[in-house]
Amino acid sequence: MRFTKKDILDIDSLTREEITYILDTARGMKEISQRAIKKVPTLRGKTIVLFFQEPSTRTKLSFELAGKRLSADTVAISKSSSSIVKGETLRDTVRTLESMKPDIIVMRHSSSGAAYQVAKWVKCAVINAGDGTHAHPSQALLDMMTIQEEKGGFEGLKVSLVGDISHSRVARSNIIGLSRMGARVTVCAPGTMIPMGIEQMGCTVAEDMDTCVTDADVVMMLRIQKERQGSLLFPSEREYAALYGLNPARLALAAKDALVMHPGPLNRGVEISTRVADGEHAVILDQVTNGVALRMALFYLVSGGTKHADSN
Amino acid sequence: MQIQIKGVRVIDPGNIEGIRDIRIKDGLFEAVSEPGQLPDVAEASQDVNVIDGQGLIGVPGLIDVHVHLREPGQEYKETIETGLKAAAAGGITAVCCMPNTNPVNDNAQVTAFILSQAKKVHAARVYPVGAISANLEGQKLNDIADMKKAGIWAVTDDGMPVTDSQLMRRTLEYCKSLDIPVLVHAEDKRLADGGAMNEGLPATVMGIKGIPNAAESVMVMRDIALAELTGARVHFCHMSTAQSIEAIRAAKAKGVRVTCETAPHYFTLTDADIPAYDTNFKMNPPLRSDKDRAAIIEGLADGTIDMIATDHAPHAEDEKQVEFDQAAFGIVGLETSLGLSLDLVTRGHLTLIQLVEKMAKAPADLMGINNDIVPGNRADLTLIDMDTDWIVNPDAFVSKGRNTPFTGRSLKGAAAFTIVDGRIVYTRSSSF
Repeated sequence: MRFTKKDILDIDSLTREEITYILDTARGMKEISQRAIKKVPTLRGKTIVLFFQEPSTRTKLSFELAGKRLSADTVAISKSSSSIVKGETLRDTVRTLESMKPDIIVMRHSSSGAAYQVAKWVKCAVINAGDGTHAHPSQALLDMMTIQEEKGGFEGLKVSLVGDISHSRVARSNIIGLSRMGARVTVCAPGTMIPMGIEQMGCTVAEDMDTCVTDADVVMMLRIQKERQGSLLFPSEREYAALYGLNPARLALAAKDALVMHPGPLNRGVEISTRVADGEHAVILDQVTNGVALRMALFYLVSGGTKHADSN
Repeated sequence: MQIQIKGVRVIDPGNIEGIRDIRIKDGLFEAVSEPGQLPDVAEASQDVNVIDGQGLIGVPGLIDVHVHLREPGQEYKETIETGLKAAAAGGITAVCCMPNTNPVNDNAQVTAFILSQAKKVHAARVYPVGAISANLEGQKLNDIADMKKAGIWAVTDDGMPVTDSQLMRRTLEYCKSLDIPVLVHAEDKRLADGGAMNEGLPATVMGIKGIPNAAESVMVMRDIALAELTGARVHFCHMSTAQSIEAIRAAKAKGVRVTCETAPHYFTLTDADIPAYDTNFKMNPPLRSDKDRAAIIEGLADGTIDMIATDHAPHAEDEKQVEFDQAAFGIVGLETSLGLSLDLVTRGHLTLIQLVEKMAKAPADLMGINNDIVPGNRADLTLIDMDTDWIVNPDAFVSKGRNTPFTGRSLKGAAAFTIVDGRIVYTRSSSF
């Protein structure tokens, strides 16, 4: 197969075959990070700009390490260090960036669709590292990579997704991706956090947490944003934890070999109890490890990696 | 200057429907007769503009009751001159301008300024709408009688709807005694909660915060209740939801004095038509679901919706070339309104007579003016060429605004001539 996408903007624009191809490529990349010398020359001479307009630690570091392990030059700019604070528009900022001839712009932005718009405004490759509440394709792909590693595939798996679906780009990308790969996705949250029409995106909405978790092969918990406490979405962390927190008793309802996943950062004691987070079912740190490999694969593929493969 | 129009098919609901010759002199309709009865104008007379009306339809000048002209204060978006000329190009002979200018039209001086600016322009007329509250802040009632004397015909706080129900009640009572209608931009801002498009599947997929239908309909229902309480005249602007239409239908059946308008985009597009994050599809209220679009068309057909207005909202390009949630709300409409509305006739949803009622007669009734095509009346007239095919091209707009979701759309029918005060203010060039 030849991978021809210039940009990775969301999961929806990837076919089942493309997703499979990305995951296959990522598996091959994973070994590089286990070497004593964690660097290959594949993207030497390529420039990657990490343009993060929202706070991020793991995603930004993951992309940066991915670039460096492929020998690309990575440069990071943040909102506070960019001219955005001087009132420059996003369009002007990215067109300015582009004039310095980067090969890939990785961007995180608080507005949904920002990566789409940027991809229209610039000619270089754009990888969406999270835009508003719209999409977080690399996160969903690394989640899929982790599930595939542990379960061998997706067909027929029951995946439960619990948390603030309304405000979660991770949820949207996972719902689309996992259902496209053949998994059955069930979501659960208080009604305040279930967006209108979500069923039509390829999931079912469970009435309560117990129903949602029962017989699940994968339980994916979403971070509840503490700053939303008291914002009318939920009354208190205490009540949220009681109704929607993943604790050992609830996890016992799931399949015996269920995976517990979380995109991080964790709110221990709120959406996930410490015993579950640190327990044998949790693959939360594997997700992080896979994230680097998956992002290496994305860099490789949007840089025309398969063209190389063909010509060799 | 005189104008003689020969053999034009006139549609003036309740007055004329048939082929007529029309003579216009000194700003007024001088004669409206069966064909061939008017004496021929001497060909040598250079003072008479003769229009062959064959193939054209003559209707009372179209009126758009909801337009943002942006002047004073935001002349970079639109000026009174460009806005009124854009209206003329769209076949519209009169527009009602909203008060959210800078300064706000909340006093007689601003009203007078708008009228004096408009006087310098040979294009559409302007009928200013005043603000309800000082600076649109929803606190204190303006000197509405003073503004009425200066030339306003209605009041509204438009985009800054009156949340205080007591202020709304008092506004209605006060305006009832002044015999002017109150225009309502029905929106509960708390329910809209900073949303940027319709709440529904497309918003969920795009990750854009949604504005529920109820943000509009709860305010429609409140103000129906207050109209009933006070007996005042309430007009609901740019209706977009099935629930609002249902509520207004019931209120009318009950005899409450309410009227309403919708805009062409609400009967033409839905939220599913929005191309990925295209900010030219962002307006408030937002494009709704197909169910709502169908309810709007039904409301137009059964008379629940009295009129079509554009909510013409020009913005500069850089206010739209930004992130979707940060882009300005609003689209231009003056130059596409007629073409899009004629599509309702083409598709069989409305008769031509109904369309003329909604674009010319009902607005005039609301405003208390008489735009019948009869001798002695001011000669405001739109001559429509029903057969002309054209493609919407924002670069050809007269308006400064280019923010339209209809770029590239094929339309049938356009104004061939727009006549205001007995003068031709727009002639469609044959190059189209």
